[in-house]
Amino acid sequence: MKNILLLACTVIAVTAFGNDTTRLNPSSKRQALKEEAPAITLPSGFNSTVVTTGLGKARHLTVAANGDVFVKLERLKDGKGIIRLHDTNNDGKADEISGFGNYTGTGIIIKNGYLYASSDKEVFRYKINEKDGKVDTASEQKIVTGLVAANQHQTKSLALDNDGNIYVNIGAPSNCCQVQDRLKGSPGQDPCPILEKAGGIWQFKADKTNQSYAEGVRYATGIRNVMGLDWNNQVNELYAMQHGRDMLFQFWPEMFTQKEGAENPAEELFKITKGADCGWPYCYYDNDKQQKLNCPEYGGDRKKDDRCADKTKSIMQFPGHLAPNALLFYTGNNFPPKYRNGAFIAFHGSWNRAPEPQAGFFVVFVPFKDGMPAGKWEVFADGFSGFKAGASTGKAQYRPCGLAQGPDGALYISDDNKGMIWKVTYTAN
Amino acid sequence: MKKLFLAVIVFIFATAFAIQQPATGLKAAIARGKTVYENTCLACHQPDGSGVPNMNPPLVKTKWVLGDKKALAKIVLKGLQGGEIDIDGDKFHNPMPPLESVLSDQEIADVLTYVRNSFGNKASLVTVAEVKALRAKLK
Ligand code: HEC
Repeated sequence: MKNILLLACTVIAVTAFGNDTTRLNPSSKRQALKEEAPAITLPSGFNSTVVTTGLGKARHLTVAANGDVFVKLERLKDGKGIIRLHDTNNDGKADEISGFGNYTGTGIIIKNGYLYASSDKEVFRYKINEKDGKVDTASEQKIVTGLVAANQHQTKSLALDNDGNIYVNIGAPSNCCQVQDRLKGSPGQDPCPILEKAGGIWQFKADKTNQSYAEGVRYATGIRNVMGLDWNNQVNELYAMQHGRDMLFQFWPEMFTQKEGAENPAEELFKITKGADCGWPYCYYDNDKQQKLNCPEYGGDRKKDDRCADKTKSIMQFPGHLAPNALLFYTGNNFPPKYRNGAFIAFHGSWNRAPEPQAGFFVVFVPFKDGMPAGKWEVFADGFSGFKAGASTGKAQYRPCGLAQGPDGALYISDDNKGMIWKVTYTAN
Repeated sequence: MKKLFLAVIVFIFATAFAIQQPATGLKAAIARGKTVYENTCLACHQPDGSGVPNMNPPLVKTKWVLGDKKALAKIVLKGLQGGEIDIDGDKFHNPMPPLESVLSDQEIADVLTYVRNSFGNKASLVTVAEVKALRAKLK
Protein backbone atom coordinates (compact mmCIF):
# COMPACT_ATOMS: atom_id res chain seq x y z
CA MET A 1 0.00 0.00 0.00
CA LYS A 2 2.78 2.33 1.08
CA ASN A 3 4.64 1.48 -2.10
CA ILE A 4 1.67 2.34 -4.27
CA LEU A 5 1.32 5.64 -2.48
CA LEU A 6 5.00 6.36 -3.06
CA LEU A 7 4.67 5.41 -6.70
CA ALA A 8 1.64 7.67 -7.08
CA CYS A 9 3.52 10.53 -5.49
CA THR A 10 6.47 9.99 -7.78
CA VAL A 11 4.22 9.94 -10.83
CA ILE A 12 2.57 13.16 -9.73
CA ALA A 13 5.91 14.80 -9.08
CA VAL A 14 7.31 13.71 -12.43
CA THR A 15 4.18 14.81 -14.26
CA ALA A 16 4.14 18.14 -12.51
CA PHE A 17 7.71 18.91 -13.53
CA GLY A 18 7.76 17.06 -16.87
CA ASN A 19 10.79 18.14 -18.87
CA ASP A 20 11.39 20.74 -16.22
CA THR A 21 13.65 20.98 -13.22
CA THR A 22 13.70 17.98 -10.84
CA ARG A 23 12.36 18.34 -7.31
CA LEU A 24 15.11 17.94 -4.73
CA ASN A 25 15.00 15.59 -1.79
CA PRO A 26 12.67 17.24 0.74
CA SER A 27 15.06 16.33 3.56
CA SER A 28 17.38 19.05 2.30
CA LYS A 29 14.62 21.56 2.97
CA ARG A 30 14.05 20.36 6.51
CA GLN A 31 17.75 20.56 7.17
CA ALA A 32 17.77 24.02 5.69
CA LEU A 33 15.11 25.27 8.07
CA LYS A 34 17.16 24.19 11.07
CA GLU A 35 19.84 26.72 10.30
CA GLU A 36 19.44 30.02 12.11
CA ALA A 37 19.17 33.13 10.01
CA PRO A 38 21.91 35.59 10.96
CA ALA A 39 20.97 39.20 11.35
CA ILE A 40 22.79 40.90 8.49
CA THR A 41 22.92 44.64 8.99
CA LEU A 42 21.33 46.97 6.42
CA PRO A 43 20.67 50.72 6.16
CA SER A 44 17.46 51.80 7.90
CA GLY A 45 14.27 50.97 6.03
CA PHE A 46 15.75 47.80 4.50
CA ASN A 47 14.78 44.29 5.57
CA SER A 48 16.19 40.87 4.78
CA THR A 49 14.46 37.51 4.49
CA VAL A 50 16.27 34.19 4.23
CA VAL A 51 14.99 32.65 0.98
CA THR A 52 16.67 29.33 1.73
CA THR A 53 19.90 27.89 3.05
CA GLY A 54 21.94 24.70 2.92
CA LEU A 55 22.67 24.88 -0.81
CA GLY A 56 26.42 24.63 -0.14
CA LYS A 57 28.67 26.45 -2.58
CA ALA A 58 26.03 28.85 -3.96
CA ARG A 59 27.88 31.09 -6.40
CA HIS A 60 26.08 33.50 -8.75
CA LEU A 61 22.30 33.73 -9.03
CA THR A 62 19.65 35.24 -11.29
CA VAL A 63 15.91 35.87 -10.98
CA ALA A 64 13.26 35.16 -13.63
CA ALA A 65 10.39 37.57 -14.34
CA ASN A 66 8.02 35.40 -12.24
CA GLY A 67 10.33 35.69 -9.22
CA ASP A 68 11.90 32.21 -9.36
CA VAL A 69 15.53 32.35 -8.27
CA PHE A 70 18.17 30.26 -10.09
CA VAL A 71 21.44 29.56 -8.27
CA LYS A 72 24.64 28.12 -9.79
CA LEU A 73 26.51 25.75 -7.50
CA GLU A 74 30.23 25.02 -7.36
CA ARG A 75 29.50 21.68 -5.72
CA LEU A 76 26.55 19.52 -6.82
CA LYS A 77 23.58 19.27 -4.47
CA ASP A 78 21.64 16.03 -4.81
CA GLY A 79 23.41 15.67 -8.17
CA LYS A 80 22.25 19.07 -9.45
CA GLY A 81 24.39 22.07 -10.37
CA ILE A 82 21.61 24.63 -10.95
CA ILE A 83 18.96 25.14 -8.29
CA ARG A 84 15.55 26.71 -8.83
CA LEU A 85 13.84 28.32 -5.85
CA HIS A 86 10.11 28.88 -6.13
CA ASP A 87 8.08 30.87 -3.60
CA THR A 88 4.45 29.70 -3.79
CA ASN A 89 2.88 31.96 -1.14
CA ASN A 90 4.83 35.16 -1.72
CA ASP A 91 6.45 35.35 1.71
CA GLY A 92 9.96 35.62 0.26
CA LYS A 93 10.90 32.09 1.33
CA ALA A 94 11.42 29.26 -1.14
CA ASP A 95 8.75 26.56 -0.81
CA GLU A 96 9.73 24.41 -3.78
CA ILE A 97 13.34 23.59 -4.47
CA SER A 98 14.23 21.82 -7.69
CA GLY A 99 17.31 21.49 -9.85
CA PHE A 100 18.91 20.47 -13.13
CA GLY A 101 22.31 20.43 -14.83
CA ASN A 102 24.95 17.97 -13.63
CA TYR A 103 27.97 20.28 -13.81
CA THR A 104 29.45 22.69 -11.29
CA GLY A 105 30.34 26.32 -12.00
CA THR A 106 29.70 29.95 -11.14
CA GLY A 107 28.05 32.04 -13.88
CA ILE A 108 24.27 32.23 -14.40
CA ILE A 109 22.08 34.84 -16.11
CA ILE A 110 18.71 35.11 -17.87
CA LYS A 111 18.15 37.16 -21.03
CA ASN A 112 15.58 37.09 -23.84
CA GLY A 113 13.97 33.78 -22.95
CA TYR A 114 17.19 31.89 -22.26
CA LEU A 115 18.97 30.92 -19.08
CA TYR A 116 22.76 30.88 -19.51
CA ALA A 117 25.01 29.00 -17.09
CA SER A 118 28.73 28.28 -17.05
CA SER A 119 30.94 25.43 -15.98
CA ASP A 120 34.60 26.38 -15.59
CA LYS A 121 35.28 25.53 -19.27
CA GLU A 122 31.94 25.98 -21.01
CA VAL A 123 28.79 28.06 -21.32
CA PHE A 124 25.38 26.40 -21.78
CA ARG A 125 21.93 27.81 -22.38
CA TYR A 126 18.35 26.60 -21.89
CA LYS A 127 14.95 27.88 -22.96
CA ILE A 128 13.09 29.34 -20.02
CA ASN A 129 9.49 30.47 -19.76
CA GLU A 130 9.86 33.49 -17.55
CA LYS A 131 6.11 33.65 -16.87
CA ASP A 132 6.18 30.45 -14.82
CA GLY A 133 9.91 29.91 -14.35
CA LYS A 134 9.86 26.59 -16.22
CA VAL A 135 13.10 25.56 -17.82
CA ASP A 136 13.10 23.26 -20.84
CA THR A 137 16.07 21.20 -19.68
CA ALA A 138 16.05 19.20 -22.91
CA SER A 139 16.78 22.37 -24.88
CA GLU A 140 20.35 22.53 -23.54
CA GLN A 141 22.84 23.98 -26.01
CA LYS A 142 26.57 24.33 -25.51
CA ILE A 143 27.34 27.89 -26.57
CA VAL A 144 31.02 28.08 -25.66
CA THR A 145 33.55 25.31 -25.07
CA GLY A 146 37.27 24.64 -24.45
CA LEU A 147 38.09 27.68 -22.30
CA VAL A 148 41.22 27.79 -20.17
CA ALA A 149 40.44 26.57 -16.67
CA ALA A 150 43.49 25.67 -14.64
CA ASN A 151 43.07 25.43 -10.92
CA GLN A 152 43.35 29.11 -10.16
CA HIS A 153 40.84 31.82 -11.16
CA GLN A 154 38.97 29.15 -13.07
CA THR A 155 35.41 30.39 -12.67
CA LYS A 156 33.52 31.97 -15.57
CA SER A 157 31.22 34.92 -14.96
CA LEU A 158 28.66 35.93 -17.58
CA ALA A 159 27.13 39.15 -18.90
CA LEU A 160 24.99 39.88 -21.98
CA ASP A 161 24.65 43.06 -24.01
CA ASN A 162 21.63 44.14 -26.09
CA ASP A 163 23.17 43.16 -29.43
CA GLY A 164 23.20 39.39 -29.04
CA ASN A 165 26.65 39.02 -27.46
CA ILE A 166 27.70 37.21 -24.33
CA TYR A 167 30.80 38.19 -22.33
CA VAL A 168 32.84 35.62 -20.44
CA ASN A 169 35.78 36.37 -18.16
CA ILE A 170 38.71 33.99 -18.46
CA GLY A 171 40.84 34.40 -15.34
CA ALA A 172 44.61 34.06 -15.53
CA PRO A 173 45.73 30.84 -13.81
CA SER A 174 48.48 32.81 -12.10
CA ASN A 175 49.12 35.48 -9.49
CA CYS A 176 51.39 37.80 -11.48
CA CYS A 177 52.74 35.70 -14.37
CA GLN A 178 55.98 34.67 -12.64
CA VAL A 179 58.01 31.88 -14.23
CA GLN A 180 57.18 29.83 -11.12
CA ASP A 181 53.81 31.00 -9.85
CA ARG A 182 53.73 32.29 -6.27
CA LEU A 183 57.41 31.56 -5.59
CA LYS A 184 59.32 34.40 -3.95
CA GLY A 185 62.11 35.62 -6.22
CA SER A 186 60.80 34.04 -9.42
CA PRO A 187 60.86 36.67 -12.21
CA GLY A 188 57.84 37.91 -14.15
CA GLN A 189 57.50 36.52 -17.69
CA ASP A 190 57.80 39.34 -20.21
CA PRO A 191 55.74 39.35 -22.32
CA CYS A 192 53.28 37.28 -20.33
CA PRO A 193 52.20 34.31 -22.51
CA ILE A 194 49.08 33.69 -20.41
CA LEU A 195 47.36 36.74 -21.93
CA GLU A 196 46.82 34.95 -25.22
CA LYS A 197 44.06 32.73 -23.84
CA ALA A 198 43.28 34.10 -20.38
CA GLY A 199 43.60 37.19 -18.21
CA GLY A 200 40.82 38.98 -20.05
CA ILE A 201 37.21 39.08 -21.15
CA TRP A 202 36.06 37.34 -24.30
CA GLN A 203 32.98 38.10 -26.39
CA PHE A 204 30.94 35.37 -28.08
CA LYS A 205 27.60 35.21 -29.90
CA ALA A 206 24.82 34.43 -27.45
CA ASP A 207 23.01 32.13 -29.93
CA LYS A 208 25.78 30.11 -31.66
CA THR A 209 26.83 26.70 -30.46
CA ASN A 210 30.32 25.30 -29.85
CA GLN A 211 32.26 28.54 -30.08
CA SER A 212 35.79 28.66 -28.69
CA TYR A 213 38.78 31.01 -29.00
CA ALA A 214 38.71 30.96 -32.82
CA GLU A 215 35.09 32.15 -32.93
CA GLY A 216 35.34 34.58 -30.01
CA VAL A 217 36.86 38.04 -29.67
CA ARG A 218 39.30 39.01 -26.94
CA TYR A 219 37.23 42.01 -25.91
CA ALA A 220 39.60 43.21 -23.17
CA THR A 221 42.95 42.03 -21.80
CA GLY A 222 45.31 42.61 -18.88
CA ILE A 223 42.71 41.64 -16.28
CA ARG A 224 43.95 39.12 -13.73
CA ASN A 225 40.63 37.67 -12.65
CA VAL A 226 37.08 38.93 -12.69
CA MET A 227 34.05 37.56 -10.94
CA GLY A 228 31.94 40.73 -10.76
CA LEU A 229 30.91 41.36 -14.37
CA ASP A 230 27.80 43.28 -15.45
CA TRP A 231 26.40 45.05 -18.47
CA ASN A 232 25.20 48.56 -17.63
CA ASN A 233 22.03 49.06 -19.69
CA GLN A 234 21.86 52.77 -18.96
CA VAL A 235 25.07 53.55 -20.84
CA ASN A 236 25.32 50.27 -22.77
CA GLU A 237 28.81 49.36 -21.57
CA LEU A 238 30.53 46.47 -19.79
CA TYR A 239 31.90 46.87 -16.25
CA ALA A 240 34.16 44.53 -14.31
CA MET A 241 35.70 44.23 -10.86
CA GLN A 242 39.24 42.87 -10.90
CA HIS A 243 40.68 40.71 -8.13
CA GLY A 244 44.09 42.32 -7.60
CA ARG A 245 47.31 40.36 -7.18
CA ASP A 246 48.53 38.81 -3.93
CA MET A 247 51.79 38.62 -1.98
CA LEU A 248 53.26 42.14 -2.24
CA PHE A 249 54.49 42.10 1.37
CA GLN A 250 55.53 38.43 1.31
CA PHE A 251 57.57 38.79 -1.91
CA TRP A 252 58.75 42.40 -1.55
CA PRO A 253 59.14 43.22 2.17
CA GLU A 254 61.79 45.82 1.28
CA MET A 255 59.07 47.81 -0.56
CA PHE A 256 55.88 47.02 1.36
CA THR A 257 55.33 46.87 5.12
CA GLN A 258 53.01 44.17 6.41
CA LYS A 259 50.23 46.75 6.62
CA GLU A 260 50.91 48.13 3.13
CA GLY A 261 50.85 44.58 1.79
CA ALA A 262 47.40 44.14 3.33
CA GLU A 263 46.06 47.38 1.81
CA ASN A 264 47.65 46.88 -1.63
CA PRO A 265 47.03 46.57 -4.47
CA ALA A 266 43.58 48.10 -4.97
CA GLU A 267 40.66 45.94 -6.03
CA GLU A 268 39.68 47.91 -9.15
CA LEU A 269 36.42 48.70 -10.91
CA PHE A 270 36.82 49.08 -14.66
CA LYS A 271 34.55 50.41 -17.35
CA ILE A 272 35.54 48.07 -20.15
CA THR A 273 35.42 49.27 -23.73
CA LYS A 274 36.45 47.03 -26.60
CA GLY A 275 40.22 46.69 -26.80
CA ALA A 276 40.87 47.78 -23.23
CA ASP A 277 44.14 46.67 -21.61
CA CYS A 278 43.93 47.01 -17.84
CA GLY A 279 47.62 46.29 -17.21
CA TRP A 280 47.95 42.89 -15.54
CA PRO A 281 50.53 41.49 -14.88
CA TYR A 282 52.80 44.47 -15.53
CA CYS A 283 50.91 47.02 -13.43
CA TYR A 284 49.06 47.28 -10.14
CA TYR A 285 47.17 50.16 -8.52
CA ASP A 286 48.99 51.45 -5.45
CA ASN A 287 46.44 52.60 -2.86
CA ASP A 288 49.04 54.66 -0.96
CA LYS A 289 50.41 56.48 -4.01
CA GLN A 290 46.96 56.50 -5.70
CA GLN A 291 48.57 55.57 -8.99
CA LYS A 292 48.92 52.68 -11.40
CA LEU A 293 52.56 51.58 -11.08
CA ASN A 294 54.87 48.90 -12.44
CA CYS A 295 54.69 45.64 -10.49
CA PRO A 296 57.96 44.84 -8.69
CA GLU A 297 58.28 41.72 -10.88
CA TYR A 298 58.42 44.12 -13.85
CA GLY A 299 60.96 46.59 -12.55
CA GLY A 300 58.61 48.42 -10.19
CA ASP A 301 59.90 50.34 -7.18
CA ARG A 302 56.62 52.03 -6.13
CA LYS A 303 57.57 55.00 -8.32
CA LYS A 304 58.11 53.75 -11.87
CA ASP A 305 55.03 53.71 -14.09
CA ASP A 306 56.48 53.47 -17.61
CA ARG A 307 54.69 50.16 -18.24
CA CYS A 308 51.33 51.61 -17.24
CA ALA A 309 50.96 54.96 -18.98
CA ASP A 310 48.92 53.49 -21.87
CA LYS A 311 46.78 51.16 -19.75
CA THR A 312 43.07 51.57 -19.03
CA LYS A 313 42.54 53.32 -15.70
CA SER A 314 40.06 52.02 -13.18
CA ILE A 315 37.09 54.22 -12.28
CA MET A 316 37.09 53.29 -8.60
CA GLN A 317 39.52 51.60 -6.21
CA PHE A 318 38.91 49.60 -3.05
CA PRO A 319 41.19 48.36 -0.25
CA GLY A 320 43.36 45.34 -1.04
CA HIS A 321 42.31 41.67 -1.13
CA LEU A 322 38.60 42.18 -0.33
CA ALA A 323 37.74 39.82 -3.24
CA PRO A 324 34.91 41.35 -5.30
CA ASN A 325 32.84 38.32 -6.31
CA ALA A 326 29.79 40.04 -7.84
CA LEU A 327 28.80 43.33 -9.48
CA LEU A 328 25.24 44.45 -10.13
CA PHE A 329 23.84 47.68 -11.53
CA TYR A 330 20.55 48.30 -9.76
CA THR A 331 17.69 49.33 -12.03
CA GLY A 332 14.71 48.52 -9.81
CA ASN A 333 12.10 50.78 -8.26
CA ASN A 334 11.85 49.22 -4.81
CA PHE A 335 14.94 50.96 -3.35
CA PRO A 336 15.10 54.75 -2.84
CA PRO A 337 16.08 56.86 -5.89
CA LYS A 338 19.76 57.22 -4.93
CA TYR A 339 20.26 53.51 -5.64
CA ARG A 340 18.97 53.64 -9.20
CA ASN A 341 21.68 52.84 -11.75
CA GLY A 342 24.24 52.59 -8.96
CA ALA A 343 26.43 49.54 -8.41
CA PHE A 344 26.28 46.90 -5.71
CA ILE A 345 29.46 44.88 -5.18
CA ALA A 346 29.65 41.70 -3.08
CA PHE A 347 33.05 41.29 -1.41
CA HIS A 348 33.79 37.69 -0.55
CA GLY A 349 36.38 38.64 2.10
CA SER A 350 40.17 38.56 2.16
CA TRP A 351 42.86 36.02 3.00
CA ASN A 352 46.09 37.70 1.87
CA ARG A 353 45.81 40.32 4.65
CA ALA A 354 47.08 37.88 7.32
CA PRO A 355 48.60 38.42 9.81
CA GLU A 356 46.79 41.77 9.61
CA PRO A 357 43.05 41.36 10.33
CA GLN A 358 40.95 40.04 7.43
CA ALA A 359 38.41 42.38 5.81
CA GLY A 360 35.54 42.42 3.35
CA PHE A 361 32.68 39.94 3.82
CA PHE A 362 30.16 42.67 2.95
CA VAL A 363 28.10 44.16 0.12
CA VAL A 364 28.90 47.76 -0.78
CA PHE A 365 27.02 50.36 -2.79
CA VAL A 366 28.57 52.87 -5.21
CA PRO A 367 26.35 55.75 -6.41
CA PHE A 368 26.58 56.32 -10.18
CA LYS A 369 25.66 59.07 -12.60
CA ASP A 370 25.79 58.49 -16.36
CA GLY A 371 27.92 55.40 -15.99
CA MET A 372 30.54 56.94 -13.70
CA PRO A 373 30.86 56.80 -9.89
CA ALA A 374 29.20 59.85 -8.35
CA GLY A 375 30.31 59.56 -4.74
CA LYS A 376 32.19 57.42 -2.22
CA TRP A 377 31.42 53.74 -1.77
CA GLU A 378 29.53 52.75 1.36
CA VAL A 379 28.87 49.47 3.13
CA PHE A 380 25.31 48.35 2.36
CA ALA A 381 24.99 44.88 3.89
CA ASP A 382 27.35 43.60 6.58
CA GLY A 383 27.61 41.07 9.38
CA PHE A 384 27.99 38.00 7.14
CA SER A 385 31.22 36.74 8.69
CA GLY A 386 30.04 36.91 12.29
CA PHE A 387 33.65 37.80 13.16
CA LYS A 388 34.98 39.07 16.36
CA ALA A 389 38.24 40.88 15.56
CA GLY A 390 41.15 38.85 14.25
CA ALA A 391 39.40 35.70 13.03
CA SER A 392 40.70 33.63 10.10
CA THR A 393 38.90 33.60 6.75
CA GLY A 394 37.92 29.97 7.22
CA LYS A 395 35.97 30.88 10.35
CA ALA A 396 33.61 33.23 8.48
CA GLN A 397 30.03 32.07 8.89
CA TYR A 398 28.81 33.35 5.52
CA ARG A 399 30.63 34.85 2.53
CA PRO A 400 28.77 37.06 0.02
CA CYS A 401 29.34 35.71 -3.49
CA GLY A 402 26.48 36.55 -5.85
CA LEU A 403 23.99 39.38 -6.45
CA ALA A 404 20.77 39.53 -8.44
CA GLN A 405 17.77 41.80 -8.81
CA GLY A 406 14.20 40.51 -8.62
CA PRO A 407 11.31 41.70 -10.79
CA ASP A 408 9.95 43.58 -7.77
CA GLY A 409 13.26 45.43 -7.32
CA ALA A 410 14.45 43.28 -4.41
CA LEU A 411 18.17 42.53 -4.13
CA TYR A 412 19.22 38.89 -3.71
CA ILE A 413 22.53 37.92 -2.09
CA SER A 414 24.06 34.43 -2.12
CA ASP A 415 26.62 32.94 0.27
CA ASP A 416 28.94 30.17 -0.95
CA ASN A 417 29.96 28.95 2.48
CA LYS A 418 26.71 27.35 3.61
CA GLY A 419 24.55 28.26 0.65
CA MET A 420 22.28 30.83 2.21
CA ILE A 421 20.22 33.15 -0.01
CA TRP A 422 18.88 36.48 1.27
CA LYS A 423 16.22 38.69 -0.25
CA VAL A 424 16.61 42.39 0.65
CA THR A 425 13.68 44.78 0.24
CA TYR A 426 12.96 48.37 1.19
CA THR A 427 9.88 49.54 3.04
CA ALA A 428 9.32 53.27 3.23
CA ASN A 429 9.36 54.85 6.74
CA MET B 1 92.27 15.60 41.44
CA LYS B 2 91.21 18.88 39.94
CA LYS B 3 91.16 17.23 36.54
CA LEU B 4 89.03 14.40 37.79
CA PHE B 5 86.63 16.87 39.36
CA LEU B 6 86.36 18.73 36.08
CA ALA B 7 85.79 15.49 34.21
CA VAL B 8 83.02 14.52 36.60
CA ILE B 9 81.38 17.87 36.20
CA VAL B 10 81.62 17.68 32.43
CA PHE B 11 80.22 14.17 32.59
CA ILE B 12 77.28 15.23 34.74
CA PHE B 13 76.50 18.15 32.44
CA ALA B 14 76.85 16.05 29.36
CA THR B 15 74.53 13.38 30.73
CA ALA B 16 71.99 15.91 31.86
CA PHE B 17 72.14 17.56 28.47
CA ALA B 18 71.91 14.27 26.64
CA ILE B 19 68.83 13.28 28.58
CA GLN B 20 67.31 16.69 28.07
CA GLN B 21 68.33 16.79 24.41
CA PRO B 22 65.13 15.44 22.82
CA ALA B 23 62.92 17.85 24.74
CA THR B 24 65.01 20.97 24.22
CA GLY B 25 65.75 19.83 20.68
CA LEU B 26 62.05 19.62 19.92
CA LYS B 27 61.32 22.91 21.62
CA ALA B 28 64.14 24.68 19.81
CA ALA B 29 63.08 23.18 16.47
CA ILE B 30 59.50 24.32 17.04
CA ALA B 31 60.68 27.84 17.90
CA ARG B 32 62.85 28.01 14.77
CA GLY B 33 60.09 26.45 12.69
CA LYS B 34 57.58 29.06 13.85
CA THR B 35 59.73 31.78 12.26
CA VAL B 36 59.97 29.85 9.00
CA TYR B 37 56.20 29.32 9.07
CA GLU B 38 55.50 33.01 9.59
CA ASN B 39 57.80 34.04 6.75
CA THR B 40 56.92 31.36 4.21
CA CYS B 41 53.65 29.54 4.92
CA LEU B 42 51.41 31.82 7.00
CA ALA B 43 50.06 33.95 4.13
CA CYS B 44 48.42 30.92 2.54
CA HIS B 45 47.80 28.53 5.42
CA GLN B 46 46.89 31.37 7.87
CA PRO B 47 48.12 32.14 11.41
CA ASP B 48 46.07 29.31 12.98
CA GLY B 49 46.72 26.80 10.19
CA SER B 50 43.05 26.82 9.26
CA GLY B 51 43.75 27.59 5.58
CA VAL B 52 41.33 29.38 3.25
CA PRO B 53 38.19 27.62 1.95
CA ASN B 54 38.53 26.60 -1.72
CA MET B 55 41.99 28.20 -1.93
CA ASN B 56 44.54 26.80 0.54
CA PRO B 57 44.00 23.66 2.64
CA PRO B 58 44.09 23.60 6.44
CA LEU B 59 47.10 22.10 8.24
CA VAL B 60 44.99 20.86 11.13
CA LYS B 61 45.16 17.08 11.63
CA THR B 62 45.27 16.31 7.92
CA LYS B 63 46.64 12.99 6.75
CA TRP B 64 49.54 14.81 5.05
CA VAL B 65 50.59 16.74 8.16
CA LEU B 66 50.30 13.77 10.53
CA GLY B 67 51.20 11.04 8.05
CA ASP B 68 54.29 9.82 6.17
CA LYS B 69 57.08 12.34 6.72
CA LYS B 70 58.61 11.72 3.29
CA ALA B 71 55.37 12.54 1.51
CA LEU B 72 55.03 15.63 3.69
CA ALA B 73 58.55 16.89 3.05
CA LYS B 74 58.11 16.21 -0.66
CA ILE B 75 55.14 18.61 -0.74
CA VAL B 76 57.32 21.38 0.65
CA LEU B 77 60.28 20.60 -1.64
CA LYS B 78 58.38 20.10 -4.88
CA GLY B 79 55.09 21.94 -4.33
CA LEU B 80 51.66 21.07 -5.74
CA GLN B 81 49.79 22.19 -8.86
CA GLY B 82 46.54 23.08 -7.13
CA GLY B 83 43.58 20.69 -7.12
CA GLU B 84 45.76 17.78 -5.97
CA ILE B 85 44.64 17.71 -2.35
CA ASP B 86 41.15 16.49 -1.51
CA ILE B 87 39.76 16.94 2.00
CA ASP B 88 36.23 15.49 2.28
CA GLY B 89 35.52 16.40 -1.34
CA ASP B 90 36.87 19.93 -1.01
CA LYS B 91 39.58 20.95 -3.47
CA PHE B 92 41.96 23.89 -3.27
CA HIS B 93 42.59 26.15 -6.23
CA ASN B 94 45.90 27.82 -5.44
CA PRO B 95 49.16 26.10 -6.31
CA MET B 96 51.67 25.45 -3.55
CA PRO B 97 55.06 26.70 -4.77
CA PRO B 98 58.06 24.33 -4.71
CA LEU B 99 60.26 25.62 -1.90
CA GLU B 100 63.43 23.54 -2.51
CA SER B 101 65.31 26.58 -3.82
CA VAL B 102 64.14 28.81 -0.98
CA LEU B 103 64.40 26.72 2.20
CA SER B 104 67.38 24.75 3.60
CA ASP B 105 67.06 21.19 4.92
CA GLN B 106 67.24 22.64 8.42
CA GLU B 107 64.41 25.11 7.74
CA ILE B 108 62.19 22.44 6.19
CA ALA B 109 62.81 20.07 9.11
CA ASP B 110 62.05 22.88 11.56
CA VAL B 111 58.90 24.16 9.87
CA LEU B 112 57.45 20.67 9.51
CA THR B 113 58.28 19.90 13.14
CA TYR B 114 56.49 23.14 14.05
CA VAL B 115 53.43 22.32 11.93
CA ARG B 116 53.27 18.76 13.29
CA ASN B 117 53.21 20.17 16.82
CA SER B 118 50.93 23.19 16.40
CA PHE B 119 47.27 23.91 15.53
CA GLY B 120 46.20 20.92 17.63
CA ASN B 121 48.59 18.51 15.85
CA LYS B 122 50.88 16.16 17.77
CA ALA B 123 53.45 14.11 15.88
CA SER B 124 57.14 13.25 15.88
CA LEU B 125 59.76 15.72 14.78
CA VAL B 126 61.21 15.79 11.28
CA THR B 127 65.02 15.62 11.23
CA VAL B 128 67.46 17.42 8.96
CA ALA B 129 68.84 14.02 7.91
CA GLU B 130 65.38 12.91 6.73
CA VAL B 131 64.92 16.02 4.61
CA LYS B 132 68.48 15.82 3.28
CA ALA B 133 68.05 12.18 2.21
CA LEU B 134 64.75 12.93 0.51
CA ARG B 135 66.13 15.97 -1.30
CA ALA B 136 69.01 13.86 -2.64
CA LYS B 137 66.61 11.11 -3.72
CA LEU B 138 64.30 13.53 -5.54
CA LYS B 139 67.15 15.21 -7.42
C1 HEC C 1 51.05 30.24 -2.17
C2 HEC C 1 50.35 29.61 -1.10
C3 HEC C 1 51.06 28.56 -0.26
C4 HEC C 1 52.22 28.67 0.46
C5 HEC C 1 53.16 29.87 0.55
C6 HEC C 1 52.40 27.40 1.13
N1 HEC C 1 51.39 26.54 0.79
FE1 HEC C 1 51.13 24.65 1.46
N2 HEC C 1 49.60 24.39 0.16
C7 HEC C 1 49.04 25.39 -0.61
C8 HEC C 1 48.02 24.84 -1.44
C9 HEC C 1 47.15 25.60 -2.40
C10 HEC C 1 47.99 23.45 -1.18
C11 HEC C 1 47.10 22.42 -1.89
C12 HEC C 1 47.53 22.29 -3.35
C13 HEC C 1 46.77 21.26 -4.14
O1 HEC C 1 45.72 20.79 -3.71
O2 HEC C 1 47.25 20.90 -5.23
C14 HEC C 1 48.97 23.22 -0.13
C15 HEC C 1 49.20 21.98 0.48
C16 HEC C 1 49.99 21.81 1.60
C17 HEC C 1 50.06 20.60 2.40
C18 HEC C 1 49.28 19.31 2.16
C19 HEC C 1 47.80 19.44 2.42
C20 HEC C 1 47.41 19.69 3.87
O3 HEC C 1 46.62 20.61 4.07
O4 HEC C 1 47.85 18.97 4.78
C21 HEC C 1 50.93 20.85 3.41
C22 HEC C 1 51.34 19.90 4.51
C23 HEC C 1 51.44 22.19 3.22
N3 HEC C 1 50.83 22.75 2.13
C24 HEC C 1 52.38 22.80 4.04
C25 HEC C 1 52.97 24.03 3.76
C26 HEC C 1 54.11 24.56 4.48
C27 HEC C 1 54.77 23.90 5.67
C28 HEC C 1 54.42 25.75 3.88
C29 HEC C 1 55.56 26.69 4.21
C30 HEC C 1 56.88 26.09 4.22
C31 HEC C 1 53.47 25.97 2.82
N4 HEC C 1 52.63 24.91 2.78
C32 HEC C 1 53.44 27.10 1.99
C33 HEC C 1 49.41 26.71 -0.60
C34 HEC C 1 50.55 27.22 -0.04
